[in-house]
Amino acid sequence: MKRTVRYIIPVLTLLMLWAPAFADGSGDGGKDIDIKSMLFGHIGDSYGWHVTKIGDKEITIPLPVIVKSSTGWHCFLSSRLEEGPVDGLYVAEGGKYDGKIVEKDAAGNEVRPLDISITKNVAGLMINSIIVVLLILGCSRWYRKHDVLKEAPTGVAAVIEPVVTFINDDVIKGSIPEEHSAKYAPYLLTAFFFILVNNLMGIVPVFPGGANTTGNIAVTLTLALLTFLIVNIFANRHYWKDIFWPDVPWWLKAPVPLIPLTELLGIFTKPFALMIRLFANIMAGHAVILSFVSIIFLTVKMGPAVNGTMSFVAVLFGIFMDFLELLVAFIQAYVFTMLSAVFIGLAHVKTEPKDTGQHDADDENRETGIIL
Amino acid sequence: MSLLMPDSGLLFWMLVIFIVVLAVLAKWGFPVITSMVDKRRKYIDESLQLARKADEKMAGMMKEQARIIGEAREEQNRILKEAAEARNNIIRQAQEQARDEASKILAEARTQIEAEKESALSQIRSQVALLSVNVAEKVIRKTLSEDKEQKELIEKMVDESLKIDTSTVKN
Repeated sequence: MKRTVRYIIPVLTLLMLWAPAFADGSGDGGKDIDIKSMLFGHIGDSYGWHVTKIGDKEITIPLPVIVKSSTGWHCFLSSRLEEGPVDGLYVAEGGKYDGKIVEKDAAGNEVRPLDISITKNVAGLMINSIIVVLLILGCSRWYRKHDVLKEAPTGVAAVIEPVVTFINDDVIKGSIPEEHSAKYAPYLLTAFFFILVNNLMGIVPVFPGGANTTGNIAVTLTLALLTFLIVNIFANRHYWKDIFWPDVPWWLKAPVPLIPLTELLGIFTKPFALMIRLFANIMAGHAVILSFVSIIFLTVKMGPAVNGTMSFVAVLFGIFMDFLELLVAFIQAYVFTMLSAVFIGLAHVKTEPKDTGQHDADDENRETGIIL
Repeated sequence: MSLLMPDSGLLFWMLVIFIVVLAVLAKWGFPVITSMVDKRRKYIDESLQLARKADEKMAGMMKEQARIIGEAREEQNRILKEAAEARNNIIRQAQEQARDEASKILAEARTQIEAEKESALSQIRSQVALLSVNVAEKVIRKTLSEDKEQKELIEKMVDESLKIDTSTVKN
């Protein structure tokens, strides 16, 4: 371990010194690099899955495009879009629908057809979901095949089980009352592993990974929406009472329902915060790493010396950011799960014994005592 | 800003994918794992409780054992003491018996000796009488005419002398 660490710095330095020379030799110098479009291209969505560029050849995995336009359903591979419009459908450049498939209506305006294409992010979600399902089913399969009372878990079960136990015991059972926790555990555990695997796969820069799924607002919106629905559909009476008639001085709720309005707003801000937190953390992490990598290409024009030092710094910071992202990947999955559990738990709080309630209980006790 | 605008297609697919994943994992994934983990936890709890009970039982058994050993030792001591007593009794009885026997034998021997002595004395007396008679006869055969008178006289005299003798012997 120590020896490996000792070699990292010289190897990195050599790479740094070599990289600008390589860039100088192959680049044509005059070409400006459009950092913004590169950045947005990486953290955004696209119809094909761009892997890399070898020489002048772009390596892109074509993905199916599924569109319902004014002429009906169309289904074709994204590679056909590069050759020109397909049945009047083409990818808009600039404008309101930049980078999306559009068609022209009768007036000649670009309109967006119903688009349920398997884009890069959808494909990434599918791959990551398969990974999640395989991991968890692999674990549960182990439990089906082995006697849990006689053997300690091995293989994938040994990896997954502690995490499941940790989330289930500390987060779910810690936030939701005991009698309800089992009902919500599958959703929360699925959300945790789904987010975790998507976060981690987002950090991997090449093909099966690299899709910025949890850094896409549609994905986090869906997750937050599910939490929102679960919280509000299964909430108990006390939860709604606390929103519309909370325990505050009457003038805060009687003529002008100040607190109830705030509470009502809170119903929506909680999942909204969940959505934005996950999206912003992951998206920002990707953007920062990409920015550090961009420094290497931006400084090419400043000469080998500047480029070399900047590349060294950029790679060091990039490595640091990748480690940070590993941490963030876990923390954000954990935070999303924990807050969802807390919100669900708040919707199941039992009525706290108040002064009047206490008296009632005492009276009841006395009555039962007399009867007994 | 396109980054902040959720794309409807992605939204749709995300919902479908997540719900499928959730359905699969909620059916075959997590409940199996959590129930098994709970089962194992319960088993471990029970095992610990059993171990504690066994420990307690063990401690009880140790106490019982010590008690039994103590009792056995007492019993042993008691038996040994009894045996010693019995031995002493037997020895004492034997000694007493022996002593009785010895004294009885001594008494018998003494009476026999007495009888023997009596008979020996009477024999000696008659012998002496005879001897005296014979001697006297031989001495005075010529002088005495009447045997009978003489014999009576001599016997009388011997008796007297014998009485003197025995009284001196006794003394």
